[in-house]
Amino acid sequence: MTPEDEKLIRRRQAGRARVMALLLGGLVLLIFAISIAKIQLGMHG
Amino acid sequence: MDTTTPLLPPADWRDFLALTKPRVMTLVVFTGLCGMLAAPVGVHPVIGFTAILCIALGAGAAGALNQWYEADIDAAMRRTQQRPLPAGRMDRQAALHFGVGLSAFSVILMGLAVNLTAAAILLVSILFYVLIYTVWLKRRTPQNIVIGGAAGAFPPMIGWAAATGDVALLPFLMFLLVFLWTPPHFWALALFVKTDYANAGVPMLPVVAGERVTRHQIGLYTVPMAIAAVAPWPLGLTGPLYGIASLVLTGIFAALVLRVATRRQGEGDTMKPEKRLFSYSILYLFVIFGALVADRWMMA
Repeated sequence: MTPEDEKLIRRRQAGRARVMALLLGGLVLLIFAISIAKIQLGMHG
Repeated sequence: MDTTTPLLPPADWRDFLALTKPRVMTLVVFTGLCGMLAAPVGVHPVIGFTAILCIALGAGAAGALNQWYEADIDAAMRRTQQRPLPAGRMDRQAALHFGVGLSAFSVILMGLAVNLTAAAILLVSILFYVLIYTVWLKRRTPQNIVIGGAAGAFPPMIGWAAATGDVALLPFLMFLLVFLWTPPHFWALALFVKTDYANAGVPMLPVVAGERVTRHQIGLYTVPMAIAAVAPWPLGLTGPLYGIASLVLTGIFAALVLRVATRRQGEGDTMKPEKRLFSYSILYLFVIFGALVADRWMMA
């Protein structure tokens, strides 16, 4: 593997890790919001 | 390890995004949203957002599985050869895992956060697109997009089910409209990318039955499509706003179809009428569904 190949792989891994972190953060917020919405719906029928 | 498979660097996240066919997703999300907004009951904004997200993810997952299965066809067609798999930017197994994982996630989230009816229809639509259309019909019959069109017609029904928990006549008519709109829409495209489909060995109608039959079939399918488009008004499901909008929009659609149905391709033909019909058909669906929502809100 050439240094260029290794650089490309590292760059892709870093990009994917960043996107995955954002998605997981979004999922946590979404599940929190769904929980609150469900509680509200339970309270108001 | 399979020594014949070249080792690829990990795919870029943009390639995973491309796998979900974002442009197709826009129409799916829009029709799903319209189905939800046309429903007689309101939905909590967070639950509504989740339902639309699940529809988008489900459509993206189905698109990914479609690209996983059709990598060979995509490689043979100019329009699709730059997709991540035929361009060699992604490993097929990664696409498969991504598609299956995203499908399961979208259906489970829909079932847990929204309701089981919407989740069940979402599951059926994904399976229909992947198994019935992609695996079974596409390579076998020129009727592939007629039957397969049902997969793309489910979103308004899912949107409605997300709001109400059931399915009624209006979402069924919305389903029928998209279902019957699909053949004229795709065959207009197939007429001007015929060579691509022929090279890829996909039995699209212009390749198998010829140009004349395809033009005739475009005309034939437009008749029931027009009836399904206008029907909600005389059935009392919508008011005059939708009625008039659907008549005008469908009238323009029919006029463009008439031009396509009655002409023959000449030497050096740029296929303008077919391209115009294809472009208008996309606009048509956006505007007619928008008019439906506007009308239902005015009636409420």
